[in-house]
Amino acid sequence: MATTESWQIAEIAGPKKATLIVKPEVADAMIKRAKHPVLIVGHLAAEIDLDDKKMIDYLLELAQKGNLPVIATGHTNRDFLKRGFTKAKIMPAVEIGQRLTDPEWKGIDGKEPYDLAIFAGLPYYMEWTILSGLKHFAPNLKTMTLDNTYQPHASWSFPNISVKDWIENLKSIIEKVEE
Amino acid sequence: MEILSRKSINIKIKELKSDIGNIKDLELSIGKFSEEKWTEAEGPTPFPSITALREWDKKLLDRYKPFYLPFCDLCCLCTYGKCDLTGNKRGACGIHMSAQQSRTVLLASCIGAATHISHARELVTYAIKKFGTDYPLDPGGLAVEVEAPIIRLVCGVKPEKLGDLETVLDYLENQLTQLLSVTHTGQEGNNLDFESKVFHAGMIDQVGMEVADIAQISVFGFPKADPDAPLVDLGMSVVDTKKPVILVIGHNVPPAIQIIDYLKDKRLSEEVEVTGICCTAIDATRYSSKVKIIGPMSWQLRYIRSGIPDVIVVDEQCIRTDNLIEAEKIRAPFIATSEKNCLGLPDRTRDSADDIVADLVSRKNLGVLILDPEKVGEVAVKTARAVAPKRKKSRTSLSTEEIIEQAKTCNQCKMCRRSCPNDLHIPDSMKAAGKGNIGMIGDMYEECIGCARCEQACPETIPIHNIIVSAATQRTKNESFRIRAGRGAIQDIEIRKVGGPIVLGEIPGIVAFVGCSNYPKGGKEVAEMCIEFARRRYIVCTSGCAAMSAAMYKNEDGKTPYELFPGTFDAGGIVNVGSCVANSHIAGAAVKIASIFARRTLRGNYEEIADYVYNRVGAVGVAWGAMSQKAAAIASGFWRLGIPVVVGPHGTKYRRMLLGRADREQDWYVHDRRSGEKVYVGPVPEHLFFAAETKEEAMVMIAKLCMRPNDTSKGRAIKLTHYIDLHRRLFGTTPDDAHLFVRTLTDIPITMKEDLTKILREKGWKETIIPDPTLLVNQVEKRGVR
Repeated sequence: MATTESWQIAEIAGPKKATLIVKPEVADAMIKRAKHPVLIVGHLAAEIDLDDKKMIDYLLELAQKGNLPVIATGHTNRDFLKRGFTKAKIMPAVEIGQRLTDPEWKGIDGKEPYDLAIFAGLPYYMEWTILSGLKHFAPNLKTMTLDNTYQPHASWSFPNISVKDWIENLKSIIEKVEE
Repeated sequence: MEILSRKSINIKIKELKSDIGNIKDLELSIGKFSEEKWTEAEGPTPFPSITALREWDKKLLDRYKPFYLPFCDLCCLCTYGKCDLTGNKRGACGIHMSAQQSRTVLLASCIGAATHISHARELVTYAIKKFGTDYPLDPGGLAVEVEAPIIRLVCGVKPEKLGDLETVLDYLENQLTQLLSVTHTGQEGNNLDFESKVFHAGMIDQVGMEVADIAQISVFGFPKADPDAPLVDLGMSVVDTKKPVILVIGHNVPPAIQIIDYLKDKRLSEEVEVTGICCTAIDATRYSSKVKIIGPMSWQLRYIRSGIPDVIVVDEQCIRTDNLIEAEKIRAPFIATSEKNCLGLPDRTRDSADDIVADLVSRKNLGVLILDPEKVGEVAVKTARAVAPKRKKSRTSLSTEEIIEQAKTCNQCKMCRRSCPNDLHIPDSMKAAGKGNIGMIGDMYEECIGCARCEQACPETIPIHNIIVSAATQRTKNESFRIRAGRGAIQDIEIRKVGGPIVLGEIPGIVAFVGCSNYPKGGKEVAEMCIEFARRRYIVCTSGCAAMSAAMYKNEDGKTPYELFPGTFDAGGIVNVGSCVANSHIAGAAVKIASIFARRTLRGNYEEIADYVYNRVGAVGVAWGAMSQKAAAIASGFWRLGIPVVVGPHGTKYRRMLLGRADREQDWYVHDRRSGEKVYVGPVPEHLFFAAETKEEAMVMIAKLCMRPNDTSKGRAIKLTHYIDLHRRLFGTTPDDAHLFVRTLTDIPITMKEDLTKILREKGWKETIIPDPTLLVNQVEKRGVR
């Protein structure tokens, strides 16, 4: 049974913990329900192998099919460019974290505040601390992580799942986000 | 009226009305500094109280808003708690999450400052006992006239002899007590006031570090602002293991110096190896270039477990608290030497050296506490010589066969990986090792920070850290590098030479790599960053564990960064100032630019000098592996001076960033000292405390954060060239904020004219002026314009 246990053992949060994404439909529903979502991709996405692809390939497909704006943190943009994707906005993870706590900030497109921030590919502990900042100081924002490790400070997170289950979930989310 | 010190009395009366008349601006000094002939006019804030610089702090905090990253949702500091502060709820005492986070940052900074200040107190007390209160302070000989820029700036005094430092320490201890009291339940309740006090803790920390280092440079004869300080050996393989080997660990160098002196007195220097880890090692090499540095603090377990040291001597700070247990495993006698680190050991300070040696050699005592550095020197040497032939260098490392057998017992539970700070893929490597391929686990040596949490977590009690180190034997056999010994202060003449180019921006920046070794991907990244910026003709400074990591790299010709670049404080230099406490010389150099180059008054004139540094000196601190509370305090000291600090991704665990908002134009106005007008200068420097996710992101940000409002067009063009070039190389594109850093068309680098002009057009860029920048209205008034 899936548990709400942090991937890094000692990173215990507090009373409010992420709801589990027990099936991919949950993630899809959140993405579809969001008026102004954003996908934030860290550098590990280009390092993590998921069968014959990298994690970034799945995220790119999700962004394109779900029409999600993308923020590339670290040096991830280089890997998007290698894949011919030039639309990512480059912004450090702590900067986007801070901007998201500002209810007045209208996003990289200047339209309106984001209501859903989807994180993936950041170092676990860094994503953990940034999600904690958002949990406490961005009350109007929902957060979701698509990593295969449980992030207690997100609004929604997978539990700690195997790579095989992760790939299946990502494929399913991508497939359904288009429908 | 204020009375500043219990040992010296300094009475200032601003205005006193009495029956016999009125007195204005009377100052009486009795005691330590009464004879001083320093004619520099005193600024407004000598020995500042914890709120004296609050307005300056507010100016910085108004631009750089804290972004809090709570490490825990709860407060558990009093019996009301635990209190759930989730979503900015208030706890039983009324505190909310923002204030609670900044309160924790203040606690950390107080711990860090207390550590440096008590270190300084111990050193000064020891030095006075040995050399007397009148022993002259001389950190730089004829090359350094401004001998203590931070003390002059903060305290408004000019220390000339050891005894003068006691008065400074009295002040620091007083401030520290007040700051710590602020964290009590029901004291401060506003997060920005907490933050201001964090800055204060950082400022007094810098003073404490300066006290410690100028005292030890003066009495121990360390290199005095010497750019040609000797190159010394570093690495596991530089040790002659045929000789008895002593290991010193920590930060407070007198016991190590007494070991060196004892060896010298007995003509045994060639017979015994003195090796060191962490800052004691760096400071010991400032005393004797025969001492060998093993590596940063993360080398403790791997070196002890190698079985090489015959005796282990620890002093204070950043020492693994289980070293006594590790020493026992290799049958190495253990000597603790600090009141702050007694480890439950019997106090043998009053016993004869020979009795102590006998008990250590016979293992009647596995370890002892000796609170007398001279006695430590004798006991350590005699014990090492006695036990070395008997120990046969017991080691805990494993053969390839043993590694494979151990790895076979792994049940793939992943608890090791889940306990690893860097999420290293230990289970996969263990699986491969179980099948006979130990290469993968050996490769982890470079990224392992030596914490051994993996071993603690393993239900099969597999000695994972040992396996990683043992599988990397070939690497440790080649671990032989050269580091320049810590040179201490920066010469006044060096400041005169570079002051202009720095303030005008023609030397693109000063980048200081400081702090601990909690790196996300190994220390090699520090060396790579140092080389990149030195090649780009920045002034690169190093200190502490980062200075060691910078050395642990060789180019194709086998040269380390310290052999490739000179130790001068000039463009393209790599300047190792020394141990943690030598960090004060980096801040001191920035302050001396204001004093020596710009002839600003230092004395008790903090706000004006910080404003000068902030607007003109393109310096950035980088603590890529920052781990400790001391690192928190060091960073805080840089912030108050207006110097941004970049940390690695683990730095987000410090619980808050101080980030500017480039998109808020209203945040980036300064006063023009010439006209009094408010002028938009762009987001320079954009952040004050920033955690980078990767080395690449850090490098781009460092280049960006070196920009200052005062840059001339030529200087700005140079700085922009580096920023844009790094951005293109590491991120693949021209930065989309480049227009924010162009004030006039002459700021545009000639080689980038076409690209940038197009961007300026697209962004609706408007030309502005280059002001004589200040955040302080009183600086405008000084020039007679409002």
